[in-house]
Amino acid sequence: MIGIKAFLLVSTLLLTAGLITVMTRKNAIGILMGVELILNSAGLNFIMFSRYVHGNVSGMIFTIFIIALAAAEVAIALAIVLAIYNMVGHIQADKLTNLKE
Amino acid sequence: MTEILKPSVWIFIIFALLAVIPAFVVAFSKNIVHSVISLFLSLVSVAVLYGYLGADFVAVVQILIYVGGVVVLYLFGIMMTREIKLDVNISNAPIGLGWGILFGAVFFGLVWAAISKVNWPTARISGTPTTSPIGNAFLSKYLLPFEIVTVLLTVVLIGAVIIARKEIKK
Repeated sequence: MIGIKAFLLVSTLLLTAGLITVMTRKNAIGILMGVELILNSAGLNFIMFSRYVHGNVSGMIFTIFIIALAAAEVAIALAIVLAIYNMVGHIQADKLTNLKE
Repeated sequence: MTEILKPSVWIFIIFALLAVIPAFVVAFSKNIVHSVISLFLSLVSVAVLYGYLGADFVAVVQILIYVGGVVVLYLFGIMMTREIKLDVNISNAPIGLGWGILFGAVFFGLVWAAISKVNWPTARISGTPTTSPIGNAFLSKYLLPFEIVTVLLTVVLIGAVIIARKEIKK
């Protein structure tokens, strides 16, 4: 049977990929996709621990909350991205420095 | 050596690779449409891993909301923020990729070193269908968070419409 460490390896790799995406992307939508990967890694951890450690459904409920909050986050974030695009004309996150000085 | 030949182990390996490799394609692809398709593949594979862990309800929710909703929302966002003069090849060029990879390698090394030190439980608790316990828990123990999330989703729906309106009142 697959051990807990294999799932931890998968979720850690997903977290690493998400962090690299968030750090290196210029496109704002690309950054949001990195956030999705990070949230999925957290959800996978919750379900795995609920199955291997506790045996009840609490971890699955937290994963459902994570999915709902991720949907809310992506809806608001994409609305903000569209508003920025309508005002500025691009969504390159490193060039959006209007509030800097 | 005989254990590796079991079909369940192969299913896990295949879908773990299908979850991890597209995640790194999301991180490194130059074309943002390729990134979204890879994200789609990765999310479906994570849903299969949820099912593999016995979380049947969460796997279906993942497919419904992430694959059916979030990925489509990303595709809409990409289509609507595309400059007309460019083709589909939207700039998704990264900044500081070398530092990103270096940070990722160091981060993974540290986390994996920490994980390796812990003596994890190995016995998997046998699963039962989870839909009914999840429903009972939502309506008893987790009732307040559940209601707060419903209110939050309503607020998000209204807020997204207001923020994304074309005419912004000065």
